[in-house]
This record gives sequence, C-alpha cells and structure tokens, in this order.
Amino acid sequence: MAKKTVVETTINGETVEFLCEPRESLLEVLRDELELTGSKEGCLTGDCGACTVVVDGRPTCSCLVLAVEANGKKIDTIEGLARPEGLHVLQQKFLEHAALQCGICTPGVLMSAKALLDRTPNPTEAEIRYALAGNLCRCTGYDKIVRAVVDAAKTLSSARAA
Amino acid sequence: MAAKPFKVIGTRPIRHDGVDKVTGRAKYGADYSLPDMLHGKMLRSPHAHARIKSIKCDKALALPGVKAVITSADLPDLPDKMEMAGEAPVNLAHLSQNLLARNKVLYDGHAIAAVAATSAHIAEEAVRLIEVEYEVLPPVMTVEDAMKTGATILNPKLRNKEEGDKETNVASHIQFKRGEVEDGFKAADYVVEREFKTAMVHQGYLEPHNALAVYNADGKSTIWTSTQGSFAVRALAAAVCGIPETTLKVVPAEIGGGFGGKLTVYLDPIALALSKKTGKPVKMIMSRADVLKATGPTSGSTIRCKMGCTKDGKITAAQVWMAYEAGAYPGSPVGAGAMVIIAPYDIPHMIIDAYDVLVNRPKTAAYRAPGATNAAMASETVINELAEKCGIDQIEFRLLNAAKEGTAQTAGPPFKKIGYVECLEALKNSPHYKSKLEGPNRGRGVAGGFWFNVGMNSSAVVNVNGDGTASLVIGSVDVGGTRAAQAMVAAEVLGIKAEDVRPSVGDTESIGYTDMTGGSRTAVTTGAAVFAAAEDAVKQLKERAAKLLEKKPEEIAYEDGSFYAASDPSKKLTFKEVVAKFARTGGPVSGQASVNLRAVGPSFAATLIDVEVDPDTGKVKVLRATCAQDVGKALHPSYVEGQMQGGTAQGIGWALNEEYVYDDRGNLRNFGLLDYRMPTCLDLPEIETILVEVPAPGHPIGSRGVGEVNIVPPPAAVANAIANAVGVRMNVLPMSPPRLLKAIINKRSGSDTQIAAAGR
Amino acid sequence: MHAINYESPSTLDQAVKFMAAHGEKARAMSGGSDLIIQMRAAVRRPEYVVDLKKIPELRQISFSVQHGLKLGAAVPAIEIHENADMRKYYPGLTEAAHLIGSLQIQSRASVGGNLCNGSPAADTIPALIAVGAKCRVLGSKGERIVAAEDFCTGPGRTVLAPDEILVEFQIPGPAPHSSDAYQRFIPRNEMDIAVVGVGASITLDLGEDRCTAARIGLGAVGPTPIFAKEASAALVGKKLDAGTIEKAAQAAIAASSPIDDMRGTAEFRRHLVGVLTRRVVTLAAERARMATSR
Repeated sequence: MAKKTVVETTINGETVEFLCEPRESLLEVLRDELELTGSKEGCLTGDCGACTVVVDGRPTCSCLVLAVEANGKKIDTIEGLARPEGLHVLQQKFLEHAALQCGICTPGVLMSAKALLDRTPNPTEAEIRYALAGNLCRCTGYDKIVRAVVDAAKTLSSARAA
Repeated sequence: MAAKPFKVIGTRPIRHDGVDKVTGRAKYGADYSLPDMLHGKMLRSPHAHARIKSIKCDKALALPGVKAVITSADLPDLPDKMEMAGEAPVNLAHLSQNLLARNKVLYDGHAIAAVAATSAHIAEEAVRLIEVEYEVLPPVMTVEDAMKTGATILNPKLRNKEEGDKETNVASHIQFKRGEVEDGFKAADYVVEREFKTAMVHQGYLEPHNALAVYNADGKSTIWTSTQGSFAVRALAAAVCGIPETTLKVVPAEIGGGFGGKLTVYLDPIALALSKKTGKPVKMIMSRADVLKATGPTSGSTIRCKMGCTKDGKITAAQVWMAYEAGAYPGSPVGAGAMVIIAPYDIPHMIIDAYDVLVNRPKTAAYRAPGATNAAMASETVINELAEKCGIDQIEFRLLNAAKEGTAQTAGPPFKKIGYVECLEALKNSPHYKSKLEGPNRGRGVAGGFWFNVGMNSSAVVNVNGDGTASLVIGSVDVGGTRAAQAMVAAEVLGIKAEDVRPSVGDTESIGYTDMTGGSRTAVTTGAAVFAAAEDAVKQLKERAAKLLEKKPEEIAYEDGSFYAASDPSKKLTFKEVVAKFARTGGPVSGQASVNLRAVGPSFAATLIDVEVDPDTGKVKVLRATCAQDVGKALHPSYVEGQMQGGTAQGIGWALNEEYVYDDRGNLRNFGLLDYRMPTCLDLPEIETILVEVPAPGHPIGSRGVGEVNIVPPPAAVANAIANAVGVRMNVLPMSPPRLLKAIINKRSGSDTQIAAAGR
Repeated sequence: MHAINYESPSTLDQAVKFMAAHGEKARAMSGGSDLIIQMRAAVRRPEYVVDLKKIPELRQISFSVQHGLKLGAAVPAIEIHENADMRKYYPGLTEAAHLIGSLQIQSRASVGGNLCNGSPAADTIPALIAVGAKCRVLGSKGERIVAAEDFCTGPGRTVLAPDEILVEFQIPGPAPHSSDAYQRFIPRNEMDIAVVGVGASITLDLGEDRCTAARIGLGAVGPTPIFAKEASAALVGKKLDAGTIEKAAQAAIAASSPIDDMRGTAEFRRHLVGVLTRRVVTLAAERARMATSR
C-alpha cells in the first residue's frame, strides 16, 4: 500500500499541510483530517453538489478530487465565506429569504452561488438556475434560493456602484 | 384562543439556527467524531430473493485494521408479532431481520453482515472479503405477480384474516364502505373507470443515514444520529440490540432531510452492536446506493378507480381497488391511502378495498403523506374526466362536491371546521388562475389533496433567564425551521421578542418524551406543548409579580408585557423587572408541559400547474405552479411557504421522472442520483404559495400541520395539465418522456392511449 | 476504495514511461469524474493512477483558422466553453462540452477523458465525429493518429493499448460557411446522461445553395458512438430542404442500433434519433449560413 503523502495547499487563504493516502478524496480530508465538516457528503458520484468547494476559482465537487491533487491549489470552502466582520451578503440573504430548511445542501449551494457571482455579477434568473443545477435541494423547491441569490447580486452590485 | 392579534406568531424572524447552517458550523450526524473511533460498513445481498446457506467472515477478519464482523447471530431473536416499541406498534422480528437478514434475503441490498475497522476504506475492502453462499429464489417484483395464484411466497408464515391458513403475499385487506355503491352508479349520468400504476419512489433526502454509537463498559450507551425521532430510535435500537431502553441515550444531530424516511432505524442498532463487540465508538455512514437500495422508499401501486356523477356535476359513487407494495415486510401505507383517496369530497356511496402486498423490494417507509399521492393520482384525474364530461370547470366541479364541516370522513367522525373550499376559492381567485395560458401544447391542471394531522406526544420546557430572555427545550427534531417557529410560540405567550428565546432540541435524557417530527404534528402538538409550558412559566411569574406587588396571584393579569393587579392597574411591572428579582421571590422560573393531542384538524391543499409538452419527445416543462393550502394559522410564514414549495417540488419529481427501475432478476438498476432523477434548480419554475388560514378548532393557536399535504396534488395536477395540453390522459407515474411520447403517438394513430407501465 | 498509488508526470515522456512500466495495472486520469466513481464502485481497480493534468500538451487550446484546432485531451470542459474561438468556430463541440454535466463537473471533466472512458453515451464524441476530429495517441512505440469515430471499440473499451495515452485532438480549420451543432435528449434539463445525442457539421456553398460537406455523429444508440456515413452522404450535394433533411434523419435512424435500458427504450431512442438529427442538421446549417468569411 502506498505511503501517505504530504500535501501543501491553501485553504480559505491559509497555508495548510496535511497527510493523506492517495485513495482519499479532498472531501474526506477536509472533513476527517482537517475537521472542516461544512462540506457535506451526499452521493460521492458528483450528482448532488453537497460537497461543492471552489478550487482555483472554479466550483468543484470535492468528492471527485483526490486529496493529493490539491497540492499547490487554492481552495475555498464554506468555512471561509464569512469574514470576521460578519456574514457574506449571500449568507445574509439566505437567512432573510428563508432559503434553507434542513440546511444540508446550503454550504454547497452557497459556494456555487459565490462562484457564479464572482464571475457574473448580474446574472439572469436562468443563469442562476443553470449555475445551481449541480446542487440538489430536496426541501425548498429552489424558489427561495433563487430569490436570495437575485437579491444578493443586486445588493453586491449597488455596494460596488456606491 | 383570544381574538386579539398575535405579536410574534405570523412574523418572519431570522431562524435561530440560521447562522450555524449558512456557515457550515451546524453539526449533522456525519460531522460527529470521537477519539479512537472505528468505521462500520455493511455487506448487502446482491440477490432479490434467496436463502442464506452460509456466511464466512475469516478472510474479512484477517484484513489488518478490521476489529469485528457481525451478523444476525449477534442480535437477539425477537418475537414475530406486533409489540409496542415506545409508543408505536412494531413487529420487532421484521425490524431486526430487515437490518440484518436471518436465513433469507428479501431484496437487492438486504443487509447481511457489518464490519468495523480502523478506516472506512478498510471496512469497505473487508466487506468484499466476506463470503456468502446463496440459494437464489425467483423474485416477485409487482403486486400483480405477488397476488396471482401460484405466486412465489416471500414469507411462508404470513397469514391474513381472509385467506385463513393459506400461504400468501397479501399481508392485509382493509375495506371502507358507505351506502350502496351500485345504487350510486345507477344514479350517475357519467361513469369513468381507470386503472393506474405508480412506481416506487424515494424520499430523496440529501443526507444519507448515519450513526455514531458508543457502548460503555457500564452498559450505558449513546447514539448520535440523523433521525426524525430520537425517542423512536431509542426504543427501536434498544429492542433490536436487546438492551433496556433507558440505558440508551439518543442525541439527534441536525438532520439533512427525512420526509418520513428517517422515522425508523437502519444503522443505529448495527453501530451499537459493533461498539459493544469492539469496545470502541463506531461510526457508520450509508452510501447513496445503499440509501436507495435498502432504506424505505414508498410503495409503487396499482389502483383501479371508478367514479360516477350526475350531469349537474354531483359525484354519486366511488369504487376503488388499490394494492400497494409493502416491500419485504408488511406495512405499506395502503390503509392511509384508502382513508384519503376520496376524503376531500362529499360522496354518498363508496367502497374501497385496499391490499398490503409483499414484494422483493425494500421495506417501505413513510414518505410525506404516505399513500396519499398515489391515491390522488387516481382519484383527482378521474374527477377531471368527469368534470370534462359535464362541461364544468375543474375547480368548479371540485367546489360542487367539496367536503365541508360535517361531511363524513372515510373513517372516523365527520369533519370539524376545514378549509378545502377556501383553498379551491383561493386558487380560483389567484393571479395564476386568472392569467391566460396561450400557445400550442400548453395546458393547465388542478388537483386537490387531503392529509391527516396526528397528535401524539410532545414535551417542552421554558426556562426564563434573569435578563428577560428565555431558553426553550423541545424534543421535536428540526427538519425545516420548526425550532424557530416554536420559539415564536414561546415568545408570543411570554410577551417577549422571538430573538429573545433561545430554542434547542433536546436529547432523550434532557427533554420529556416527544414523538417524531412527522405526521404534520409539530406545529400543532409541539406548539401546544410549548404554549402550555410558556403559560406555566407565565403563571409562576404572576405569582412572583403578586409577591412584588403585594397582591394575591389570582388578581394578577399579564398583558402587553406588563404584570398588574386588576384592582390597581397603575402599578405595573414589566417582564424584565419581574424576572430580575428571581432570587428574592422564590428562585428560578421554569415552565414545563407534556401534551398528548387526539383530535387534531386535518390539512387540505389544492394545486394549480401549467405545463408545456414537447410533442416530439414527450418532455414536459412545468411553466408555473401555485399551491393553496389550509395552514390553520401560520407560525412562521416563510417556513410554511417553504414546506408548500418543497412538497410541490417533490410531487413534480414524482410526476415526471422519479421511479425505481428493477431488472427481471430483481436488481435495482438506478441506485444513484444520476438515474434516480430528482428535479434540479433548472427543472422547476417559481412556486407560488397561498396560505389559507382557517384556524383548527380546539387548538390554542389554531395551527394545522403544514408539512405533508402539499405533496399530494402535484402528480394529478400535472396529469390533468398534460391532458389539457395534448389531449392525452396518463395513467402511470412517472409520466416520463418515453411514456408520454408513446401515448401521444398512439393518440395520433388512433390507438389506445392508456399505457401499461412496462418494467416497473 | 482499494489502495492506489498516484503518479503525476509533467512530461509526455514520463507519462508514457509510467504507462509502459505498469501496463494493465495503470489507468490514466484527467478530470477523474469517471475514474474516481468507477474506483469507488470497484468497477476499475488500477494499482496506479497516472494524473496527466500537469503535461502542457494535454492542457492547451491552440487555434488558427488555417491550421485548425489542437485541443489538449485534459482541458476541462469549462475552459472550452470560456474560449472565444471554440464558441465561434466549433459551437457544437463547445455545446457538447458544456453539456457534460453540472458546472462542478465541467471544472474537471475533459473531452479526452470523455472519449477514453468509452461510454457510447458520451456527449462530446458525436460532436468530435461531426467535426472530423483526429486523436493523437502516444505510446512507447511512438505516435499514431486515430479518427474519433474509430476510437471506441465497445462499451467502456477503446483502441488504447496499456502503454498509450491520448494527447490531443486535431480538428481541421473551419471552411467558409461551415459550422456544427450538438443536441441531446435528457429527461431533466441538466445532470443526465444523454438518452440520445446527435452532432452534425455542415459546410455550405452559399452561391449554389447546396451542402458541400456533412458529417453526422450519433451517441447512445449503439455499443459505440457512430459516424452515420449514409445519413451524412444523403446531405452532400443537395439543397438542405425538409425532404433532404428527412432522408438524412431516416438514414441516421437506420444507422443506429439502440437497446432498451433504464434510460430509454430502443423504440424511443430511434424516434429521438430522427427528431434530433432534423433539429441538429437544421441548426448547423443555419449557423453555417451565418458564419461570415474568415
């Protein structure tokens, strides 16, 4: 069996080093090794998006990334979305719009939504729905999620304009 | 309840657990870990029906890192009869054998053994090393195959009342009757009779089952788990493991969806048994494939529905034959389906025959209004056909026949005050209904639905803090915002702000007995418990105020945040002022209540759906959806809307794409979320909601349960919309593109459009 | 999952050496969105996983109108979608890459991986066939070129020898008034494997108002993706009116041999081949008409 490898990566802006077996996924390492349990396991086949993190700016299912591949990459997880000063606008809007019920899909949805707004600051509803198509939610029917993202985009735009 | 308006109930505060959930801090079952923890994985049968001849675990045990392997031999042999486990009757032999098969496997994925090892990867590899010898038997996959003469028998010990000592796959036959159905049909001008087949579907919660169990050397154990009912887990896990119930503490983690599928146990007793054997904590997480194969989907069914009406649109008779798949062990929701199928209507003559049938599929569990959605697909589409024959609008037809206060229920006393008519009127007056639907291949469909609210038991504790805030402990697991809604109830009664109540969900040792979150009972029954606990606290505070005001407790009133004596209203004390003086007036104030509600107001809903059909491919696009539901009194409107939207979305998935596909050897083909297709964000439109509030009589707030009934109408509403769009009446669920396309092509060529659901 | 060893070569040479050294025990990986799932399900159990993403030739998109396109095998689908030249000159292939899965999957999944996985339902393969893509394969014995339509030999199987890797796709430069399109049928709006996929590339002579070249690729309707030769030939030299397109659609149906499986019946698939061929040929022709001289 292969020995464990040392992996050096950046997670939520901090340099992080960890040991892992090659067969471990990034999701496993985040959750079990680094205790960042915000990213969730829903299917392990890339069909639900509950494990979505952002790798080098791109939303990615962490269950389909081998942890060893994270070497030298920049990873953002839900734990890094809020700042010490407070919640990200997206998180705030999700709370105001009641865009979560059980909350298990919420971290993944927020990461996908953030990745979207970082690239497309004023998305149409269709663009939002497409960007979130890889994040299943079984509780909400997506209605309030979409409204929250629309509202967050508006708020972020006016903040930028101001 | 007093006529004065609510101050907190009906508003939309930010939910108390919200920040934890949007930051990823909230701890779900799989987020828990303990030092020195082992990981457990299950071995499951690859055969739908087989006898187990031998199980060899030595290779698995020899793999480095493996600490234990268990089979049903490690669990007590429990009695094959209905017994109370906690508050509900359960056949413990069936439960235990479902978790670890004894002698026979009855479905693809039926668990046979469990391994505990130092890593999940090692446990998985060890599972592959367990050797099982099977004698494969023919699988029985549909109710038709199970009920026919000479069918292969799943359980040779099963008997039902009607067939005496004959071996059978029919676990029970229930019948409801009213009047004389032949007379009813004689009085009808139009009669429609259809047969429906609906596929087995899964609740589809995003979070797989999990359990972390510790069995301590002193015989006390703890389980952290994803569950809708911690007290149920305590009762069932203890029974399966053969330990005294209250030596087990169950801590409900945050739950990532349940919808009825997490009311029973799968992993908890296994993890506990492995912990007992190894002396270490054991954590188990179910794979998605195992969730689909081996937890509790809801029944597929065959339903024959015949209804008759006069040309003026009055329904005169209804006759229903319904057979539901129970799965490997008895217990489908066919009884509930039978009780709800025609419940929304005032029908003088009816007969309903309902059959609970064993098949080689996983043991079914509850799924949001269990049994009702299958039933409504049949009744609500037949009703539309009758409406069409009479030339009456689909909403008007339902209004003509709607159940009202005093209408007979299928089983039980007549309805008290209910809101079906109000739901239909709300839809009729909705912007959606008033809007024109134009364009080819587009259609609009309506359907109604009914579901019970159960009462059962709930407990609550309200601890008032010296700074004027209060903590609230309830036993109801929070699946979608109930903790916030209950905090609002406490705040309303205490006369403080919702933000000043700190709600938490207790475990089985820290809160009084509370039944599961399900059955549309939390707002109602836990709400009643919280209400009573808060009133208890207020009563004690009145006594404290009396001491401070030097009056008798009976003289003290509490209104608009102030305590005062009726005889001397100028001297007021605020809530904060009274609580600040705890120590002087007798110590801490804590209110408590445990309630058991019986007759609770049921729920009605009506849903309107517009669709567009692609006649070349059979694909359906849902253009618009509106759900009107009688919610009694919405505690937190945002989360009530959320329940309605969620149920509507699940109903649409059920209508269009979700189904279990088994091959002819009884193996599940679509055991992943790629091919078990739930709606994505891109598959649904905005879902409009209309909260109709007809307060439930006899309840302090007037709340009705809101979680379930909204899933009942959508498949029928979609079917009715498709009929209006392309003139094709679908009689199968799901109405997937290949089936709809075939029906469209058949219609064009003039042949029968009723499809047999091949390969269900 | 079984225990694996992970290698990540940074040159073509290193990669080929690894593959040659370990043979059947090694499996190349680019995005991992097929391989990781297969390893978890124990469908594939390689001892060595050889990650090709560090090799520059596999990550490049290099295009010129004269020389055409060199598309590295491990370029993630999302980068294809973001590339302006890809969208302009090969909209069908770009669409196919964009349909490979959710955005999360597109961040990882590559066209090369899609082809090497050998699924008859792969979205990009009909589009690759349509644009006449050639696959540059490198092994310890040297290099060879394989046409996209010849790459897959059966479900999950390709022409790659154990020591070979797919380096890049070589796609001819766009002729004036040519374009491509890809459409598939899925029951939902995203996230599904294609029930049927059809890709078409059309070149028009605007003066004569005739089609001068056409290639039609079919996916999910046979044990491998199919180059529908007769259907393509039915369009060449003709005016693309409804009658001609219908002939091509019927020929495409005849070229397909779909099975019944849980995603669709053979009957349904044959019907869809007709529907999608009509739609895709029409769309590719429209695009070809609008493609200005380059």
